[in-house]
Order: sequence, then C-alpha cells, then structure tokens
Amino acid sequence: MTLVGLVVVSHSARLADGVVEVAAQMAPDVTVAAAGGTADGGIGTDADAVIAAIERADGGTGAVLLYDLGSARMVAELAVETLSDPDSALLVDAPLVEGAVAAAVAAQGGADLAAVARAARGAAGGGPGAPAAAEPVVSPGVPHARVAIRLANEVGLHARPAALLARTVSAVDAQVTVRLGDATADGASVLAVMALGARRGDEIEVSAMGPDAGEAVRRIEELAARDFDE
Amino acid sequence: MGCTADDVAKAVRAVAAVVAEHRVELIQLDRAIGDGDHGENLDRGFKAVVSKLDESTPDTPAAVLKLVATTLISKVGGAAGPLYGTAFLRAATALGDAPELGPAEVVTALEAALGGVVARGKAEVGDKTMVDALVPAVNAAKAGHDTVAAVLAAAADAAVAGAESTVPLVARKGRASYLGERSADHLDPGARSTTLLLRSFADTAAGS
Repeated sequence: MTLVGLVVVSHSARLADGVVEVAAQMAPDVTVAAAGGTADGGIGTDADAVIAAIERADGGTGAVLLYDLGSARMVAELAVETLSDPDSALLVDAPLVEGAVAAAVAAQGGADLAAVARAARGAAGGGPGAPAAAEPVVSPGVPHARVAIRLANEVGLHARPAALLARTVSAVDAQVTVRLGDATADGASVLAVMALGARRGDEIEVSAMGPDAGEAVRRIEELAARDFDE
Repeated sequence: MGCTADDVAKAVRAVAAVVAEHRVELIQLDRAIGDGDHGENLDRGFKAVVSKLDESTPDTPAAVLKLVATTLISKVGGAAGPLYGTAFLRAATALGDAPELGPAEVVTALEAALGGVVARGKAEVGDKTMVDALVPAVNAAKAGHDTVAAVLAAAADAAVAGAESTVPLVARKGRASYLGERSADHLDPGARSTTLLLRSFADTAAGS
C-alpha cells in the first residue's frame, strides 16, 4: 500500500530539513519532503520547490502540506492550485513540528489523506497540558472493548512506543482512548499519548469503540506484551 | 487607441525600474515592521521579469501579465510573490485574449487583481496591508474614466491616500501583526509598493 506523503514548507531550508528529520524518525516508511528557503539559499519560500516536493511526497495517495509562517501558506496554496489534481494535496493549518509528527505517524499507520490531515490539525495543543480527550460514549449496538495493561517496557509510553500504539490505532476502524489515572488521550494522537506520561509499571486502560474495537484492543495488548518491540 | 502587448511590456519594464529605484526605501519600511526583505524580493522578482521580456515579448497583454505573474511567484520568495503573482495572474485571466486594452479592460484587470490579492491574503481594508491601497484604487478606477491614462491616474492617486491611511493602523495581517501596537505609526511597505506600481503604470500610460 502506498502511504500518504508529507511536505514541510518553511522559510528556512534548515528548519524544513530539521522538521523532516524529526517526523521521519517516527515514521520510517513515509516520504517526508522538505521545501525550505529560496532557490538561491536565502530565507523565503519557493513555489517551484514546493511543487517538486509534492511530486516527491505523493506516491499516488496524496500528500499533506504543513507550513511555518503566513507567506509560506500562500506559496503552498499557489503550488497546490497548479497541480494537475489539486485534490491530491491538502494544506493543513497546524503547529509545524507537532503537526508533522502527528501526520507522519498517522500516515505510517496507513491513514488516508483526510485522516492524515486530521491528525495534523488535531496536534494543535496536543502536548502536555492539553485538554483530555473525551472518552467515547458507548452506544448500544456499536462494538466496544476495554482492557487494562500494565506497562512492562523500559520507557513506558514514550516516543517510539506511543508512535507504535498510535500507528496501530490508525490501522483499524475504531476510536481508541488510553487512560492513565484521571488523564485520557486519543489513541490515534501520538502526542496526546506521550503527554499522558505513562511509565514502566503504570497501569493504563485502553478502550475502543467501533467495528474493529476488539481487534484494536487485541493488537495493543500484543504490542505491550512484546514490550513495544524494545 | 488601446494598449497592446508591447505597451504593457513597456509599462512593466518601467515598473521594474521604479522598484529598483525604491528598493532601499521598501527595505527600510519593511525593516521597521516586517522582515526587511520586501524591497530586495520585489526587485529580484521584477529584474527576473525584465530578463524574461528581453528573451521575447508575449503576443497579448494578458500573456505579458501572465509572464509577470509566474516569474514573481517563482522568484520573489516573500509574501509579495504569491500576492502580486496572484494579482497579475487574475488580471491576465480576466483579460482573455484581447489584443488591446481600453479603459474598460484596465478596470476589469484591476478588479480581478484586487480579487486575487484578497483571496490569497484574506486581508480586509484596515488590516494595514496592500489591500488598503488597492481597494480605494480600484474604486477610483471604476468612476467612468474615458482613457486608460485617466483610469490609472485616478487609481494611483487613490492608492497614495489609501497607503497613507495605513500609517496609524495596527497591523492585523502579515509579519507586522506580530508587533501588535508597535506596528502603528509606520507606512505599510506592501501598500507603498502597490502605490509605486500603480503610479508607474499611470505615468507610462500618460506618456504614451
């Protein structure tokens, strides 16, 4: 399956490359393309470079674009408008670093273009102190599942394990909530999961709702049993 | 007597000269409330436009404007690239393949240019941007003038007043908006460059 790609549009080549580096670490199979700086190496954005980056990132299932500052948005918009299929690229208003990480993890999990864009948008304020995700209300007739897991792995739900969990959630058709004590997080959001700060020895509760609820819980249990492949 | 592609190309070359002449002024205005690159970027963009025109002059006024648009979009780097680029692109599209431009066509092009700037930058009058110069310019252009020179002169005069009106404003769009109250008491560089462009077009039209 071809994964959705990402394009990081920035005024600075080094900033774009840095964001790509951070996002790619969490999503090894996603093409994250940098479009930073002007053609002559200065500060600014280059529409041609953005178009080329979209072409690199879009392997057939589309690309999500993130940008740093105002005029980068305008240049990115222009670039998208010039594509032969403007619907193949989505420009997302999201915090650049958090958005890129969240989008990369969603893309790695096989999420489609709209879902990757949603993941990026959802990253706004997704760090520590973010409002807790509402636990899905269980409605009759919708499959749901729940399990308590004691974390035995070395680092708990830190970066890589959180990314693996979020990727697992992205791959199934279920809404997943992870709870630690009074705090809850949307299982599809790597940043929200990390922000729980769940450590080795902590007990988390995973609840899922939707057609694949049972499968979601089973896969996460397996993941934890394997100590998140540490 | 209307403006041909050659006339439009000549006007664009004159604009490039004016931008080069005012490069430092625009840099200084932008340095006060923005990132200081407006004069540099616009000068680089219009110099590239002139190089392209040196290679060949397109056949229609719209094709000249389209060349300006695509060159500015790829060469400018800052906000002026997509904003002026979209303005020239929309103007070109609105003109179709008309071989010559009369006053009505020039008004149509200006209205389309304004529409493009607003669509791209989402700014309104009072935000302290080029829109503050362009909106009154287009309104003045629409007042039933019977020559291209009169249309452009009215637009340029109104743009000057519009740009002046940005001085006391607190910026709500663009890099200057990060300064909040400190952006007041400065002329907006984008409004200033819009005025320079319109004044240059008007001067060329008056001289031909």
